[in-house]
Amino acid sequence: MSETAVVHSTFVIERNFPVPPERVFAALSDPAKKRRWFAEGEGSTTESFEMDFRVGGTERTVRRAKNGLAFTNDTVFRDIVSGTRVVIAYNMSVNDRRISSSLITYELFANGKGTDLIFTEQAAFFEGADGPKIREEGWSKLLDWLGNYLAN
Amino acid sequence: MLTQRAAVDRVFHALGDPTRRAIVEKLSEGPVSVSSLAQPLDITLAAVVQHLQILEASGLVQTEKVGRVRTCHIEPKGLSVAERWINERRTLWERRLDRLGKLLAEDADEK
Repeated sequence: MSETAVVHSTFVIERNFPVPPERVFAALSDPAKKRRWFAEGEGSTTESFEMDFRVGGTERTVRRAKNGLAFTNDTVFRDIVSGTRVVIAYNMSVNDRRISSSLITYELFANGKGTDLIFTEQAAFFEGADGPKIREEGWSKLLDWLGNYLAN
Repeated sequence: MLTQRAAVDRVFHALGDPTRRAIVEKLSEGPVSVSSLAQPLDITLAAVVQHLQILEASGLVQTEKVGRVRTCHIEPKGLSVAERWINERRTLWERRLDRLGKLLAEDADEK
């Protein structure tokens, strides 16, 4: 079957930080700061991280996981309102195979004691978005079960 | 044979209905005969059968006839596929935002 399967997903994560919005915005807009929380800490090696923070500018992250897979994020900044909002569009690839394309919105609100962050991702996952090894087992078991069920 | 997308769509369609969610919740306590599902939910047997068809097609539930009684039970693989698919990206971002929080807390302390 050659039909391309696209699955869409939207999720929202809310956080609160005890610093003013400008400090949170700095962590989104300063390459040295963003690298630390975005690219690093996933148990992978950060092979490269480049960022040009302006509308139309790009950001690229390449991480190498322990299992040898290379994860690439290719980002374009779509909307920037200083101290308040960043909207980005990004593709995720595994070993040069594009597996998803998403829109992310960061919204910052001052709340007296600090900053509320609302993070929204709207994603399109393409066929094979589970990744070559990541959840192959889960899907093939489901399809095996389904195949048996339909045959009986 | 269902595509991956169709399989996930069916799970979400199945869970999108409150009566079907109630059926799944009931079945998570243990297998139940089809005929005994109707009364607690206050719906007809025909309606139960229709809901079960959707749940079976989605892979969340399986029914089988033992003697003259048809019983249904949860099929664990169906739920875990949906959960894992939703959780994958979300948890990646949860970890990133956790690290952002730590970074900002460190910066706040330095001042």
